[in-house]
Amino acid sequence: MTIEILMPALSPTMEEGTLAKWLVNEGDSISSGDLIAEIETDKATMEVEAVDDGKIGQLLVPAGTEGVKVNTPIALLIDSTESPHTSIKSIADKPYLEKEKITTELKIEKTVTLEPNSSIITVREALRNAMAEEMRSDKKVFVMGEEVAEYQGAYKVTQGLLDEFGNKRVYDTPITEHGFAGIGIGAAFGNLKPIVEFMTFNFAMQAMDQIINSAAKTLYMSGGQMGCPIVFRGPNGAASRVAAQHSQCYASWYSHCPGLKVVSPWSSKDAKGLLKSAIRDPDPVIFLENEVMYGQSFSCPDDDDFLIPIGQANIEKEGSDVTIIAFSIMVGKSLEAADILNEKGIKAEVVNLRSLRPLDIETIINSVKKTNRAVTCEEGFPFAGIGAEISAAINENAFDWLDAPVNRVTGKDVPMPYAANLEKLAIPQVDDIVNACSEVCYKS
Amino acid sequence: MKKNISSLVKNKSKMNYDLDLLKDMYKKMLLIRRFEEKAGQLYGMGKIGGFCHLYIGQEAVVVGIQSAQIEGDSIVTSYRDHGHMIACDMDPKGVMAELTGRVDGYSKGKGGSMHMFSREKGFFGGHGIVAAQVPIGAGLAFAHKYNSNNNVCITYFGDGAANQGQVYESYNIASLWQLPVIFVIENNKYGMGTSVNRSSAGDNLSDRGKAYGIESEIVDGMDIIAVREAAIKAIEYCRLGKGPYILEMKTYRYRGHSMSDPAKYRTRDEVEKIRKTSDPIENIKVLLNKMGVADKVLKDIDVEIKSIIADAAKFAQDSPEPSPSELYTDITIN
Repeated sequence: MTIEILMPALSPTMEEGTLAKWLVNEGDSISSGDLIAEIETDKATMEVEAVDDGKIGQLLVPAGTEGVKVNTPIALLIDSTESPHTSIKSIADKPYLEKEKITTELKIEKTVTLEPNSSIITVREALRNAMAEEMRSDKKVFVMGEEVAEYQGAYKVTQGLLDEFGNKRVYDTPITEHGFAGIGIGAAFGNLKPIVEFMTFNFAMQAMDQIINSAAKTLYMSGGQMGCPIVFRGPNGAASRVAAQHSQCYASWYSHCPGLKVVSPWSSKDAKGLLKSAIRDPDPVIFLENEVMYGQSFSCPDDDDFLIPIGQANIEKEGSDVTIIAFSIMVGKSLEAADILNEKGIKAEVVNLRSLRPLDIETIINSVKKTNRAVTCEEGFPFAGIGAEISAAINENAFDWLDAPVNRVTGKDVPMPYAANLEKLAIPQVDDIVNACSEVCYKS
Repeated sequence: MKKNISSLVKNKSKMNYDLDLLKDMYKKMLLIRRFEEKAGQLYGMGKIGGFCHLYIGQEAVVVGIQSAQIEGDSIVTSYRDHGHMIACDMDPKGVMAELTGRVDGYSKGKGGSMHMFSREKGFFGGHGIVAAQVPIGAGLAFAHKYNSNNNVCITYFGDGAANQGQVYESYNIASLWQLPVIFVIENNKYGMGTSVNRSSAGDNLSDRGKAYGIESEIVDGMDIIAVREAAIKAIEYCRLGKGPYILEMKTYRYRGHSMSDPAKYRTRDEVEKIRKTSDPIENIKVLLNKMGVADKVLKDIDVEIKSIIADAAKFAQDSPEPSPSELYTDITIN
């Protein structure tokens, strides 16, 4: 009997991976638990164990193949009495693989345009480059957090930093967010420039007192003496199938507090330009990344001094009928929605906020005065969320220009469910944005 | 509490105390006490608002430790911070003006009693959340080590704070990373109204460092020479790069937790007994007398200090309130 060995999902967000190396040959007998292959995911290189006993009949995917989708058959396991195929068939002989590959390529070609003096890199690489460049130019900059050094980053964002900068610049901390956040803040009071990585912002809740009461407020309470030049960064927002405690957007939590700056990049360009600005900034900056975005590629300027000023939004797409105001992963969804709306005859303008505090109200208002309609998009809860704040700002500044009430697209007002169908319902989707825009244009 | 001032001073080869140092320490302790008495008085007159936590009774701790520090060392403490500021030579006028919420206060009137700072004097607050200063102190020590500047951070906290989780998170990292931080537990026996016996399991708070491999010592915090001696040893240890050190200072506060605390959780007798037998200022006064310092000299010091405090109190009431435009300054740097 032949068993297909499938490409395994090795992390909650993994959709594909690289089959880095086979550890078995065709004809080898294997037992359950034997290592058979090394697979590189967006987070790490992992060894894969056999689940069943038998003999390797055929290796379907050659070592070194990139972009192998989860659940693709990668090898055939046969009874130990059978004889294996003698050669590996080419990938072209496997129609399902070819089809998957073409789809991936087309998608990249369609969405990424290489700009001058730039490279196409992932958000993850852009973040790492930003940190490495700032660490090269300023000896006061150092990185601390869980698994940032020897493990190379839980999400590989700090990969290579330990090798380049050594253990006096890159520190693995124990899993004690409250303590190490406070130590980072103390170091910042001592004139260093710490980058504190939270494995995810869900865990930063443990450090909330230090972030708010110590980092954000001390400058004010000291009459301007005690600056705190620190960056707290890490993935924020909805992850994938990890349920309520590991999947939440904290943008409105931090944006609520005077003394903090809050930024949230979407593209690689945003990631690099904003993170470098954040590291150079004399104030505490909350840098909200998105796990789902880490592996996405964009054109990103190569310049070591490329900065995006904190507090400036960017119009990603111009339009005349409705303004979609979004940040982080919702920018991409908004652009997809704008394409669909375009087919329906609605021209949407997409504002990528980039910074949440300070909020670029001017760009929002100018756009709304042009389109007369606004839809806000965020993954966070609706109640007292970013959309509520933007809606208030529009009421205060452009009430007379509005042709429809401001509409909000948000995560649902529930803790994030685990079940795939419920999770999809809880997270705002492209269709939700399309519908919200159609509503304010009275075309639904 | 054991009384060992005389024996230490007799043992000159060990401590080698000179009279000027003792007089300085006396003067500084007295300055703190008179400052606090005046602050209490101004609070009663409604000139100082909010919370106001007085340091009376604990003066030997901060003055003894301060005497063992060098230029560039940093200090961080809780909201019971007036004594620490005066010990590191911050101007009593600026401290008092902050208490009255005036523009000439160290935080321009925006911090108040619990939140004052002076980078110049190495004083990093003044923190209002119980134990929040402990990881911050470890972080300041991290910066000293990172900059290889041979300085240490003295991190003060109380017996109440000693039960907070972030203290142990800090112990762990400070020990792992060999940070030059001296954790000074000012054990004044009460975390607000709860005695240390009712709030803290185990015999001694200092023992809790053992699990992290941190050296510690219990010190009679009412005896300034014992404090200084222990501080010299602990600071030396840290400066040599051996990692953190814990000093548990057994001390006592005479006043309530804050001005609004009626202190019903202990008897008047208990306070009186300690005042009579262990007062750190009286103790050093007796010693100075024995060493030949005339009462007149000590009295003159007291007069001088009273005048400094009177000036500070006047300054703090004459200084204007911050301008309304200050409401929106110092929120962020840019």
